[in-house]
Amino acid sequence: MATTHTHTNIDVHHHDDHEHEHHEGNFWTNYIFSQDHKVIAKQFLITGIFWALFGGALSVIFRLQLGFPDMTLEWLRPLLGGWITPEGKIDPEFYLALVTMHGTIMVFFVLTAGLSGTFSNFLIPLQIGARDMASGFMNMLSYWFFFLSSVVMLSSFFIETGPAGGGWTVYPPLSALPQAIQGSGLGMTLWLVAMALFIVSTLLGGINYITTIINMRTRGMSFTRMPLTIWAFFFTAIIGLLSFPVLFAAALLLIFDRSFGTSFFLSDIYIGGEALANVGGSPILFQHLFWFLGHPEVYIVLLPALGITSEIIATNSRKPIFGYKAMIGSMLFIAILSFIVWAHHMFVTGMNPFLGSIFMLLTLIIAVPSAVKIFNYVTTLWKGNIRFTSAMLFSIGLVSFFLTGGITGIFLGNSAIDIQLHDTYFVVAHFHLVMGSASFFGMLAGIYHWFPKFFGRMMNEKLGYIHFWLTFVGVYMVFFPMHYIGIAGFPRRYYSWTNFDTFSGFTDLNTLVSVAAILTLSAQFIFLFNFFYSIFRGRKASANPWKSTTLEWTTPRNPGHGNWPGEIPAVYRWPYDYSKPGAKDDFIPQTIPYSETPESNLPHENELIKLETNGDGAIVIEGSKH
Amino acid sequence: MTTLIVVLGVVLVLAILYLIFRISSLVSVAKAKTSDDEVDSSNGVHALLFILFMVFGLGGFFWYSYTHFDSYTLPIASEHGAWTDTLFWITMGVTVVAFTIISIIKFVFLYQYQHKEGRKAKFYPDNHYLELAWTIIPALVLALLVFTGLRAWNDITSPASENAEVVEVIAQQFAWTVRYPGKDNVLGDYHYQKIDAINEFGLDLSDNKSFDDFKSLELHIPKGKEVLMKIRAKDVLHSVFLPHFRVKMDAVPGMPTQFKFIATKTTAEMRDELGNPEFNYELACTEICGKGHFSMKMSVVVDTPEDFEKWKAGQEAWLKQNPDYLKNVPAGLRESAMIKAEIPVETGVTYLEGVKAVAVGSN
Repeated sequence: MATTHTHTNIDVHHHDDHEHEHHEGNFWTNYIFSQDHKVIAKQFLITGIFWALFGGALSVIFRLQLGFPDMTLEWLRPLLGGWITPEGKIDPEFYLALVTMHGTIMVFFVLTAGLSGTFSNFLIPLQIGARDMASGFMNMLSYWFFFLSSVVMLSSFFIETGPAGGGWTVYPPLSALPQAIQGSGLGMTLWLVAMALFIVSTLLGGINYITTIINMRTRGMSFTRMPLTIWAFFFTAIIGLLSFPVLFAAALLLIFDRSFGTSFFLSDIYIGGEALANVGGSPILFQHLFWFLGHPEVYIVLLPALGITSEIIATNSRKPIFGYKAMIGSMLFIAILSFIVWAHHMFVTGMNPFLGSIFMLLTLIIAVPSAVKIFNYVTTLWKGNIRFTSAMLFSIGLVSFFLTGGITGIFLGNSAIDIQLHDTYFVVAHFHLVMGSASFFGMLAGIYHWFPKFFGRMMNEKLGYIHFWLTFVGVYMVFFPMHYIGIAGFPRRYYSWTNFDTFSGFTDLNTLVSVAAILTLSAQFIFLFNFFYSIFRGRKASANPWKSTTLEWTTPRNPGHGNWPGEIPAVYRWPYDYSKPGAKDDFIPQTIPYSETPESNLPHENELIKLETNGDGAIVIEGSKH
Repeated sequence: MTTLIVVLGVVLVLAILYLIFRISSLVSVAKAKTSDDEVDSSNGVHALLFILFMVFGLGGFFWYSYTHFDSYTLPIASEHGAWTDTLFWITMGVTVVAFTIISIIKFVFLYQYQHKEGRKAKFYPDNHYLELAWTIIPALVLALLVFTGLRAWNDITSPASENAEVVEVIAQQFAWTVRYPGKDNVLGDYHYQKIDAINEFGLDLSDNKSFDDFKSLELHIPKGKEVLMKIRAKDVLHSVFLPHFRVKMDAVPGMPTQFKFIATKTTAEMRDELGNPEFNYELACTEICGKGHFSMKMSVVVDTPEDFEKWKAGQEAWLKQNPDYLKNVPAGLRESAMIKAEIPVETGVTYLEGVKAVAVGSN
């Protein structure tokens, strides 16, 4: 199971004896068009943080409309101009654009690029013991395609007809017909172009992650010795590689329908006093294609967060993660199932009801591996010695959201119950907790935990605690009340509910949600301050501040290009030897051979000692001599 | 001026916060908290806060769910709605029990196993029996939920009976219209290219089933009789949502959909039940469809079967309201069209002669 590729590392090694290599390149090659995975990770991180704030701000604007329907928003006119109506309200079409862009930005730009892009890039080489990604150049391209995509998406806010407004799912015909909604004009074109670029970026990144994990693990780093983070990134990249091209196809066909008069998704349409010529297309086809990506996308967003959390909870409970193999198994199972549950988003679209039964069955099966993960997290806490670092707090927050939000999935996956709940606020509550907030907390946990490796300094823990508690309580205040609003039937994407007697209540809860949303967003500025301040002024980190076992903590405080100044360390054990009975410390790094820890070895581990060395003391794995 | 004061105030507050931050970090440096060996002194505070969070969170959840039950549950007015709501509450029971137990265990563990100097965590990497148990138990519970759900779903989506009352709901930006089949109980053909400002349905007047179809801007349905709602859209996706009837189905251009249900309470009965004489059933759109999505409403009236028949009998055929469309009826069918649409002979003849005159004139 071990790797046999060490020759590549030796090459790098020759010119890598200096810890810092910055003097070799100039500003542009070191910080802008860098091919170093750590710099690229930071680029993804900073861009992701920008988008998170942007997307969060959009949600606060539309929450103002929903929470305070009578409030005049005249004061936003300097910012939004014509999107504020003469009566001082948000324009209803711009409201839809806000909702659409909030979804698109959060799902793709923050929780896909910002999360996977940052941590896959940063941690894969560091945790498997590689000098860099398999292709640094492709990796650089991946970021710059993402950057380009960001620029195109952002530019759609500055055009007269505004950004895309058909919902983040961009269902045609609404998204195909500019006469149906303004946002389906140039804004939608920019959306499609941006997404096409984004998909290119994701694929370039994904191929790299997979190749690197398969081919570039250090000596001894067998698959079963990989940290769960790496497993999570591995599955995520595979899911992305298989599902994003389908979205690409859907986007391409939509471009054809919009610009070249084809009828893939259009049929029998009479709009604006005119019957269109398109016949024979199916809007449902687009939904199938979209959700074939859209559902795996949920796991693309979630799995890295779960991987990060596994690592952090084990480290801070000072215990091995419970059920390491079951965790891998459940992630594998989730990854496979994620491809065959997509149509549970479509129970009431007019799809054949028989398909509904099949997808309901498959969907509820996916709850089993998810439940296993939660039980394993809780058991990992049992009899631990828990340190509440900021990262640990956010990881606990993730488990809490994953449970609260996951459980409502059992309602929605049941097609009979979904009839009433579909497209209500119950769905909004469900996915914001289980996918949005959980993944967002995973991302924050990861930032707090690996900040010392990112920047060589510590973040301020006190500010981290305040940030956590405000955000944790805030997120629950935002999304928990939405369950009630949803059970009461309130449809999502409504600009106002006062037209309906049925939906005239709950102004109190809606105001509460909006206030909580504003406070939660404000709390993120504590994080921002902490983040940027600590980059420059934070306490200097020690090499292994969390007393963790994994490889990244064996690098210097500020690892240079190539990560390890000398030889890449070899790996002898799994990554979760915390609090092993008999051991001196409460953790044993992966680089310590069993031969050095006879006091704590389990019987089967003593047998592995023979494999660690041969006659002349050199390390041998599967017969390949170094 | 006020803006300036606000800005200055904000700057001042931020400056004070920054000072507090600096002082506290200097104090912590002075206290020599610089090594990683010590666990932060606030560790126990978090453990306690988690317990408080659990108590207030779960407490608030149960309290609100209990005291506000009537404000977040909608009364049920359809047969299958009673069934799906039962499933909903069964699922709620099962999941709330699981949720509460897991939450309590989790937060108690966090408190109980918070860091203590000198204690060593238990090395406990796996236990196959436990893993097996919590794979199989959720699987069994879910299997039960799946099968009850499947039965309901299959029943709800099974074909409507022969004598179901057929209505057609047509969605467009941003309004609903309803078409009733008229006395022959069969909806006439339509084609989207025949739609115009007046012929909103796109009625195909060469089909003799279409002559007696009539239009309504309110959805009237009978109580206690199966209703087969046929649904279509003219422009973009919409979705028919009847919250009290637990009915939801998308309206798709180019692909007619349908939903069958039986209403169990008339509007009058529901008004009595709720003690609200103003109450009306409503139909809402739940698929994003553009600027007016949030205002796409239609009133729904549930009548007793007798009232419903009476109401139907009082409606005029669409063709009778728009007799100049007689010219689109093939010559051979005009007489039967006039009979089915109950167009008085004089009116029909006037319009048709007009057509003829035009035809002659154009020759």
